Amino acid sequence: MSTPQPQTHQQAAPAPNWQSAPGTSYTSPIPITRTHLGHALTSEWTKIKSVRSTMWTLGVFLLLVVGIGLLVAANTDSNDYADVPYTIPAFFGLILGQICLITLGVLVVSSEYGTGMIRTTFTASPQRHRVLTAKLLIFFVVAFVVSAFAIGFVGLITSGMHGGASDNKWGGTVLMGALYVSLLGVLALAVGSMLRHSAGAITAMLGLVLVPAILPAFLMMSESLRTLGEKMTEYNAPNALAKIFELDSENGGGGSQLVLLVGVTAAAIAGAYALLERRDV
Amino acid sequence: MIEAVGLTKRYGDKTAVYNLSFQVRPGSVTGFLGPNGSGKSTTMRMILGLDNPSAGQVTIGGYPYRRLPNAPRQVGALLDAKAVHGGRHARNHLLCLAQLSGIPARRVDEVLGVVGLQDVAKKRSKGFSLGMGQRLGIAAALLGDPQVLLFDEPVNGLDPEGILWVRNLMKSLAAEGRTVFVSSHLMSEMAVTADHLIVIGRGQLLADMSVRDFISHNSADFARVRTPGTDPAQREKLTAALTEAGGQVLPEQDGGLRVTGLPLPRISDLAHEADVRLWELSPHQASLEEAYMRMTQGAVDYRSTTDQRAGLQQQLPPGAVPPPQMPVPGQGQPGWYAPPSPQHGGQPFAMPQGQPPAGPYGAPGVPGAGVPNPYAQPAQPAPAQPAQPAPAPSPAASAQPSSAAPDLTKPEDAR
Repeated sequence: MSTPQPQTHQQAAPAPNWQSAPGTSYTSPIPITRTHLGHALTSEWTKIKSVRSTMWTLGVFLLLVVGIGLLVAANTDSNDYADVPYTIPAFFGLILGQICLITLGVLVVSSEYGTGMIRTTFTASPQRHRVLTAKLLIFFVVAFVVSAFAIGFVGLITSGMHGGASDNKWGGTVLMGALYVSLLGVLALAVGSMLRHSAGAITAMLGLVLVPAILPAFLMMSESLRTLGEKMTEYNAPNALAKIFELDSENGGGGSQLVLLVGVTAAAIAGAYALLERRDV
Repeated sequence: MIEAVGLTKRYGDKTAVYNLSFQVRPGSVTGFLGPNGSGKSTTMRMILGLDNPSAGQVTIGGYPYRRLPNAPRQVGALLDAKAVHGGRHARNHLLCLAQLSGIPARRVDEVLGVVGLQDVAKKRSKGFSLGMGQRLGIAAALLGDPQVLLFDEPVNGLDPEGILWVRNLMKSLAAEGRTVFVSSHLMSEMAVTADHLIVIGRGQLLADMSVRDFISHNSADFARVRTPGTDPAQREKLTAALTEAGGQVLPEQDGGLRVTGLPLPRISDLAHEADVRLWELSPHQASLEEAYMRMTQGAVDYRSTTDQRAGLQQQLPPGAVPPPQMPVPGQGQPGWYAPPSPQHGGQPFAMPQGQPPAGPYGAPGVPGAGVPNPYAQPAQPAPAQPAQPAPAPSPAASAQPSSAAPDLTKPEDAR
């Protein structure tokens, strides 16, 4: 620790204070700890907070959800909230904001492949599954906390502006909405880990989110594909969010859509783990 | 201790590494050499568990890399200087690696000091030069204070001071009893850094021996002999005499002869008996580079060819002499690596053979020409006339005598 100053000229042997006596084998005086998931979690936390893409994507996400939410809240009156929750203004922002979380989810893993950092990471932790687990957990927590905060903040402001009109419980929509967009991000992370290419994975995820919202319009024209089109309409991501925010309250609260997303995400994560251990990096 | 047994890696139907077995022992710097595409980096990646071998295995201290309990504390590696996220500060980059293996954060500042990057610790590594990137990579390798170190091309892009530093670093790490495995293309660097060499070509082991053994096994020291360029008959006469005496004679492009299998005094005696004058008789000690070239010449995948510029050259006007092509060592001589002659263009003496008149190069050329002369002096057996007649046929001779000729006659007169 006292070494940096004398080391500036780099002529001598490095850092004499931790060298031991020469012998056939070298033993480091720094105690060796047994590594576990906790180490990977702190490392991934350092990683996610030390790149600008995190700040940018989350900043834009907050701006969209809170900004659009407050605009909507300001342009509605109390009667509009008679049978919808106060978090409804956040829904409009989330439709756009989910793309930010998808981007961040992909970048958390694919930026390492793009820069070659992944080789450094997997050299530092040959237990690759541990790295992916840490990435998934850290990203999920970050995305969930940020989106829950954004939705809850919009809900609080809206209920303050239009208080008393609705006795709907809106706490559930905060948790469900945050869970849904965070899971979309986690799915993006798993897809990014499988495709290992930022642009490819982001495009794939945008397709996954947007195509089922657009395609039914064409599928409905054909009689035989009508049922498929109806299912797509029911389960596509923007519609699932709409159900979670009770815009379409007669068809349930988006529970089945959330379950579907959990299933798809779990399958993608399983695929990511399977490929991770097998492939060369 | 790194131990590879039957290591093989195939990508589709291309075999990058085939049946490679070697050991890298602690306490010395082991160099890892091979032409481009010979499988060095693939081998390094397999050692680090990044690529799975198609067959065979490689262990570090008895364990495959991915079974090591805390790998960075036992093995440090610099694979690719740019294997960092460019948007992250140098310090954060090292910090996240340190946290991954439970290394205290203050160790990050230590290694930043060791590699001399403490002033740019808070700078994003995107803006780093290649040399700074190498230093950051070396810092990451040293982070865990490991027993085994792998460096892939560590001196790439480093300044001379950095190269010296890396050289001393390697040696001091090995002197502490660590295993140091370094790949490089810089033969001169390897010659002074490495104690042991592992050479591969086309993915197969070519040599696994100490540097000294490698040079002596893979190079034939030879003598360069030059007869007066004015008299080709003498050259043929000497070639015949030397071949008869059991030597191997290979002509060089610039008119010299490369003689192996005969000691220098014997060549001199033979020339004397054949009544051939010699302008040069110089011993030539092979370097690591030559030994390496000789060994790997059959295993080079990517070989450059002469740029012909065919169809792009203008027709020379009749009577014009095409510009002389500088002979390039190793080119156009398949199977035989020719080291450059002592002087550029292969003229051991500053002989005014069609050179421009004594311009700025004429005068300084003469003191330089004194360097190969000491070999020439004992080599000249015939007490023939001084070198004066040689410049005579040259058209530039009239301009030369003032500077070149008097100096040249001096050593020749001394005989």
